[in-house]
Amino acid sequence: MTDGAGHTVHHPRWLRPRMSTYWWLQRRSYLAFILREVSSVFIAWFVVYLLLLIRAASQGAAAYQEFLNWSGHAVVLPLNVITLFFVVFHAITWFNLAPQAMVVRVGSTRVPGLLIAASNHAAWAVASALVGWLLLRGQ
Amino acid sequence: MADRITLQVSRYRPETDSGATVQEYEVPCPKDWVILDGLNYVKDRLDGTLSYRWSCRMGICGSCGMTVNGEPKLTCATFLADYAPGPVLVEPLRNFPVIRDLVVEIGDFMRKLVSVKPWIIRGEEKPLSEGEYRQTPDELQDYKQFSMCINCMLCYAACPIYGLDPKFIGPAAIALAQRYNLDTRDQGAPERLEILSEHEGIWGCTFVGECTKVCPKNVDPAGAIQQYKLHAAVEAVKAFFMPRGAQ
Repeated sequence: MTDGAGHTVHHPRWLRPRMSTYWWLQRRSYLAFILREVSSVFIAWFVVYLLLLIRAASQGAAAYQEFLNWSGHAVVLPLNVITLFFVVFHAITWFNLAPQAMVVRVGSTRVPGLLIAASNHAAWAVASALVGWLLLRGQ
Repeated sequence: MADRITLQVSRYRPETDSGATVQEYEVPCPKDWVILDGLNYVKDRLDGTLSYRWSCRMGICGSCGMTVNGEPKLTCATFLADYAPGPVLVEPLRNFPVIRDLVVEIGDFMRKLVSVKPWIIRGEEKPLSEGEYRQTPDELQDYKQFSMCINCMLCYAACPIYGLDPKFIGPAAIALAQRYNLDTRDQGAPERLEILSEHEGIWGCTFVGECTKVCPKNVDPAGAIQQYKLHAAVEAVKAFFMPRGAQ
């Protein structure tokens, strides 16, 4: 059956409404989903930036200072601020979704979803605090 | 509370219309009337040409799913008074072809449902003399929520992935496959995995999560799909690293 076919009793013409290009603006949850998808691009940039940072740090003080100067550039700095927003957004939404994807049992009892999400957030906070302590202890 | 409310109903008459139009009807709005009561009032008293599906009127048959003010809803479980003073826009379920007025074509869903084999598959039946297949309450609990699905297709109407890619098997079918995979009496998981591990199966889902939010029976299809992804990934790793006999 095709859209262009004329209507007959035995070959009814169906109406096939098309999805709007802007379907992702129709619901808040759709927009949040699209933002989470877009955040992957910024996550990728975050990884590249981290690798560049490690390379600069391994090449000595001068290279590291040059990297810091480049990081303060009018394009790189705003990009990293946006990246920070998306990395945090991605992490929070990811941890909040984790209980739906994970079925964790202790004995025969299923661990509540709230506890799984809270554990993920707590582990994230501990890891962040540990990294912060490692970086700042010498100052 | 208003004693009457305006229903704006999407009409499509394939003999004459090239697209949908909206027709308004004023219906009574007592506090115990649902949208379906309003549509029945229109059909019985105002306009007998209006077409829509319904059957049980109690959230069991899954026939009366429609789009109410932009949200997929069971019209037998959605009260008119909640939309007072109105108007209330009633449209067919999204992401499906419309046959007439509020009636959508569900053949695609029915074919997909059958494709995931939502029934108990046994490699070998044990003889009757050995008795029934017994299950503990904990084992029942593992799949019970997925068995509550009534095939109302609200999840398909809410899923933008199905709207964009109609080949996607979709939330309800995958949730029902998972219902049988988790049933201790079933041995058909490998057969279903072959179908669902295709691109149009579980990997088509990008976890929008709306299917779970709109489900009138509190099934969690989004959760079922993510759990299935984890299972499929583990199976793929096992198949890669382990000899066939040890899997």
